[in-house]
Amino acid sequence: MKFSSTFAHNSRKSSFPLKSLAVATLAALIPITAMAQGGTVRIGMTASDIPLTSGAPNSGFEGVRFTGMTLYDALVSWDLSVEDRVAPLVPQLASSWHVDESDPRKWIFQLREGVKFHDGSEFNADAVVFNFDKVFNDQSPQYDARQAAQVVARLPAYESIRKLDDYTVEITTKTPNAMFINQLPFMFMSSPAHWEALNGDWEAFEKNPSGTGPFKLDVLVPRERAELVPFAEYWDESRRAKADRLVLIPIPEANTRANALLSRQVDWIENPPADTLPMLQSRGYQITSNGYPHIWPWQFSFLDGSPWLDQRVRQAANLAVDRESIQQLLGGYMVPAQGLLLPDDSAFGEPAFTIGYDPDAARALLAEAGYGPGNPLKAKVLISASGSGQMQPLQMNELIQQQLKEVGIEIEFEVLVWETLFNNWRQGAADPASLGAHATNITFATHDPFAAMIRFIDSKNVAPVSLNWGHYSNVEVDGLITELQTAFDPEENLRIYRQLHETLVEDAPFLFVGHDTGPRAMGPKVAGFVQAKSWFQDLTPVYMAD
Amino acid sequence: MFVFIIRRFLYAIPIALAVAAVCFSLVHLAPGDPLTAIIPADAPAEVVIAIQQAYGMDRPLIVQFGSWIQRALQGDLGVSVATGRPVMGDIALALSNTLLLAFAAALLGFFGGILLGGLAAIYNGTWIDKLATALAITGVSIPHYWLGLLLVIIFSVQLDWLPSMGAGPGGSSDWRLDWAHLRHLVLPAVTMCFIPMGIVTRTVRATVSEILNSEFVTALYARGLRGRRIALHVAKNAAPTVLSVMGLQFGYLLGGSILVETVFSWPGTGYLLNTAIFQRDIPLLQGIILVLAMFFVGLNLLVDVLQTLMDPRIKRG
Repeated sequence: MKFSSTFAHNSRKSSFPLKSLAVATLAALIPITAMAQGGTVRIGMTASDIPLTSGAPNSGFEGVRFTGMTLYDALVSWDLSVEDRVAPLVPQLASSWHVDESDPRKWIFQLREGVKFHDGSEFNADAVVFNFDKVFNDQSPQYDARQAAQVVARLPAYESIRKLDDYTVEITTKTPNAMFINQLPFMFMSSPAHWEALNGDWEAFEKNPSGTGPFKLDVLVPRERAELVPFAEYWDESRRAKADRLVLIPIPEANTRANALLSRQVDWIENPPADTLPMLQSRGYQITSNGYPHIWPWQFSFLDGSPWLDQRVRQAANLAVDRESIQQLLGGYMVPAQGLLLPDDSAFGEPAFTIGYDPDAARALLAEAGYGPGNPLKAKVLISASGSGQMQPLQMNELIQQQLKEVGIEIEFEVLVWETLFNNWRQGAADPASLGAHATNITFATHDPFAAMIRFIDSKNVAPVSLNWGHYSNVEVDGLITELQTAFDPEENLRIYRQLHETLVEDAPFLFVGHDTGPRAMGPKVAGFVQAKSWFQDLTPVYMAD
Repeated sequence: MFVFIIRRFLYAIPIALAVAAVCFSLVHLAPGDPLTAIIPADAPAEVVIAIQQAYGMDRPLIVQFGSWIQRALQGDLGVSVATGRPVMGDIALALSNTLLLAFAAALLGFFGGILLGGLAAIYNGTWIDKLATALAITGVSIPHYWLGLLLVIIFSVQLDWLPSMGAGPGGSSDWRLDWAHLRHLVLPAVTMCFIPMGIVTRTVRATVSEILNSEFVTALYARGLRGRRIALHVAKNAAPTVLSVMGLQFGYLLGGSILVETVFSWPGTGYLLNTAIFQRDIPLLQGIILVLAMFFVGLNLLVDVLQTLMDPRIKRG
């Protein structure tokens, strides 16, 4: 019965023999379908498996999107109901918080009262402590290495937690860090009572999880499907699920996903193949997209001998790229970059250097730097032929190569297997595995200051410590990062973050190319979806219109 | 015969060890870190070390290999890095799905191949022969993932007759022998049957025409045997060759369906292998390769035994 809708849907369209069996089955299912108010929404994910369901999803941000934010809540999360600005952080299970004035390493969180887990137990300070211990305290009975692997690296600032009263907890960070709050949306709260009822078995919890999220897990068939149903007692009435059932189906092959949508086996697919978008649109499918905190850059090397050491050269390269033609190449599904952050991000600021297409200015800057027709600038760049978030790396890079050549920059590519390129990120430009390259082309998330900038530009984060691949070092930038880490007043924090971005755009340690728009394709009946400017999306308002 | 089977079984042990060693070294030689799937690129160094320790990947390769083999001998293939589930359980489920698909494809392919090949041999040189040969060459040459996509476009997207992916409404864990599930099997099975059908057609055609031209068949005719009696003799003589080819083809169907299973999101071993490769899930990858290799060894053993039973002239050892 649980899988009724898939079959019913297909059978209704079918004109194949043995119809009688299909009709009989369908007849048996009609009462269920008739009761449905919001219908069943079947989603084809790009993951090759159902992301983990016990409270620390794998499969990257797609896992967080589908089995994290649906089944669970965190202390803070993003407001995904807005589509016209980058999704802001909002309180979720914590109703408010403040930083201890006498010791800025201590964050005090006031918890929301009256919140229930799916198993009926109550959410309180003990549950929060239980959850931090499940991933950070390997001496605790609930410690789960598998969940720790997913979460610990996302909360690098965390040191310890303490319950102050039933609805107040105090979290201590390793050093004063104003950006700690940005790390908390990845820490989901699983039910301690339910874990105990399952005899402390996380494997059993995986099949039968309990969070406080707007959906409950109903069916889980590993590698094939997960079925989610609304949690009727969800604490946030504005986010009660509208669909009666969400079916999550892993379909890693892009063409298979598109075919599944076209043959109506699913109602929604993530990341449809770019060349199918016009056809899908012409057949009445909805295509949604929206710029989100993602950047497709070249990250320059600042080692001796790199041609990018001169700021004028870096600015020239940024002026030589015609981003609108790249946007065209991608069927429009890219926002031309004017910096690391989306142009409408509140921290974008007003950089003194405006990034746009101006080949004459680029030539002039190159001439100033001593390059010219008889003396072209030569550089080697590491790229991949595919990879997560890389969009269409070969075509995009070749177009950039042509455009740079027109101003006198000759680029040679070293094409690596995606996994090799990705691992090289942490090894850095000085490592022999970088083959003496002067830039690397890896896309990344820019949803908070650490993700967007600090890991790449802080001189303390030079590879292999973190992802400052090119050994970039700038005293002004380092100073701003230190200020940012200790600026606990939100407005002051935003002002410094803005200044940091302005400085970066001007200094151009990256070739800023574009931001992905995360296209999705949906059947004509899917309704209610608002695509937020985020890696994450809210599935609660989605339903099937009659 | 018993000694023969025991001896062949013992031969399988060094083969298994060699396969295990080769697949272990290959997956570790491949680019990328095995823990990339679960550790974010900017994870602090202490977190990376802790996770490497938790998965035992901080030890020398030879030690890792030793402990893996030790556990594998006890039937424990470890735990998937990506999902934390026991590898053995995942492989068992995937194998049952692949077996289902392989049986369906083998049934179609072998039946079609024997029919076409037999007709081609009997009507040697006529248009029937030419048609059968042309079909066989097409079957062998056509890239089957392309054929799969084509079939999906025609029968799922355009005609809306058959589903384009998945194992059925209930998923593979709830598989039943009814039309709701069988219709999911049709397109992948048809796609996969083309290669074995082509190869079996060609083998049957070559073997049967050779036998039909041999002296003993002339002698049978001379003794007045006709029709079905002759066919029986021919079939019996052609069987060992055709059987060994079919055995190998069945082996390929079991292990070689990675593209078709991916195109149809069929939750079998090929799909699992694809997942394991892309997630760099080394325990899963090693486990699948080992199990598939053992399947091949077992299947070859079975074919050898069957051949010996059918044709006493094949004395091995």
